[in-house]
Amino acid sequence: MDQLSHITGISILEITYVIASVLFILGLKMLSHPLTARRGNILAAFGMVFAIIATILFHRKDGQPIGNIPWILGAIVIGTVIGWVIAKKVKMTAMPQLVSFFNGMGGAAAALISMVEFPHIRPEFIAEHGMANGHVLAILLGLMIGTISWAGSMIAFGKLDGKIGDLRIKAMKYVNLTIMAVLIGFIVFIMTRHVQASTELMPYIYIMFAISVVYGVLFVMPIGGADMPVVISLLNSFTGVAAAMGGFLYNNQAMLTGGILVGSAGTILTVLMCKAMNRSLLNVIIGVFGGGGTSNVQAGGAVKEITLTDAAVLLSYSKKVVIVPGYGLAVAQAQHICHELDKVLEEKGVEVKYAIHPVAGRMPGHMNVLLAEADVPYEQLIESDVINPDLPNTDVVVVIGANDVVNPAAEDDPSSPIYGMPIVKVRDAKNIIVMKRGMGKGYAAIENMLFFNDKTRMLFGDAKSTLQNLVNEVKSL
Amino acid sequence: MEKMLSFFLEHREAIFIVILSIFLGIEVISHVPAILHTPLMSGANAIHGVVIIGAIIVMGHADTTGSMILGFLAVVLGTLNVVGGFVVTDRMLEMFKKKK
Repeated sequence: MDQLSHITGISILEITYVIASVLFILGLKMLSHPLTARRGNILAAFGMVFAIIATILFHRKDGQPIGNIPWILGAIVIGTVIGWVIAKKVKMTAMPQLVSFFNGMGGAAAALISMVEFPHIRPEFIAEHGMANGHVLAILLGLMIGTISWAGSMIAFGKLDGKIGDLRIKAMKYVNLTIMAVLIGFIVFIMTRHVQASTELMPYIYIMFAISVVYGVLFVMPIGGADMPVVISLLNSFTGVAAAMGGFLYNNQAMLTGGILVGSAGTILTVLMCKAMNRSLLNVIIGVFGGGGTSNVQAGGAVKEITLTDAAVLLSYSKKVVIVPGYGLAVAQAQHICHELDKVLEEKGVEVKYAIHPVAGRMPGHMNVLLAEADVPYEQLIESDVINPDLPNTDVVVVIGANDVVNPAAEDDPSSPIYGMPIVKVRDAKNIIVMKRGMGKGYAAIENMLFFNDKTRMLFGDAKSTLQNLVNEVKSL
Repeated sequence: MEKMLSFFLEHREAIFIVILSIFLGIEVISHVPAILHTPLMSGANAIHGVVIIGAIIVMGHADTTGSMILGFLAVVLGTLNVVGGFVVTDRMLEMFKKKK
């Protein structure tokens, strides 16, 4: 009877893992289509809940059921409450940091699992297989990748939040490569030891953990500018791989599929983003890119300002207006008032579109989320590749709080760090109005020649109040 | 050599899953429109929270105070990853739905 229920339990567990894996795959699939995305997310969440419940109820290790259940449930409740509150409270503009933060938590969990499992490798197992086997390798890789992901994500979080600055040293590339070599050396060293018990090697595990932290920090520290989304996406796939290592360790199919799926999907997403920004993935991994080069173009000429009234007149008597929103718009929480501007203009018969650069905001698609929050219709958001050919026929382009994504240096100046990045070709339009707080540089910290263009008029001020005044002006015309 | 071969034989199922999952991940993602990059990254972020299962197993078989503490921490962090990830993704996608 006992034997039978044991088999039943294990079967239910494995079946649940199959169901969970299918739900993860379906969820991810549905997440990549606008109409099904939300259901896909919920589906994947259900898969996760099933897998967790089944593990608590039916998992057996050497015939032993899961113990410490009150503690496990307590930990889950704590994590749920904190996670829920943070996820609900944080502003939409801070979304990238948040993803980075949660990603770091997953990485840390994977590292902790390895920390506990390493000293628990059985002496009999070592006597039979030595240290050089898949089990040990999975633990070591889980520790290394999980820790790097955690440390890197925390730095990315701090940077996006503006708490940590950039650290750029020319030799960084070699430092990072050396540290990576040392880490791999540690893995080889540990796996070639002849010991009776794995606990003898614990000091090396702690050192390895410390070096991984250093690597994670140094890996993200030099990366600045608009490149942060690529890093977050890469760290995301790291955590996926770290989770998959746990799947290897426990021979757990749900962890394996879930982890590898995210690992490969995350890598592809990273590659897609790299393409959108013309970066090489190798340089991301070595940890040198972004804002490193210094452009030799100096600011030339004077900028020309435009008054609110002139801007309002110009916009009201145009046929076609394209708005290029950037992170500045989001920071000023001006997306709602921006939508109001496009509404009053449309009432006057002006055709208004939004040109969305793939990395506008701080992450690909971030701007779409922010504008959707302000009820801007989906059909009005046009990707920059699609709208670029139409810009010569556009009467006015209004750049609001965007800088790097409209910088012509990406096309003209081979020495510029953003050279080769696709941009919104704003200067093709007949008139350009740039709304900006001041003459400060963009996130990539480079000069923008667009501001000195003959067709450009600057409208200085906070995006929200300037837009509000502009709306009032347009209404009063 | 023999060791590698026996390693492969022992773990052939896992190796199959890994290879197929890699292709699957690539296939599933490759046609995603740019507007969904952020929610997708966030959703994938929540899915790798599956690491929580490992944390539960660690905690469920913890025999020392040390592994109890680390396991407890791992479960809390894993849950943060899962719950935070799914809730944030849902919040992002909710924005898209409203204008329909």
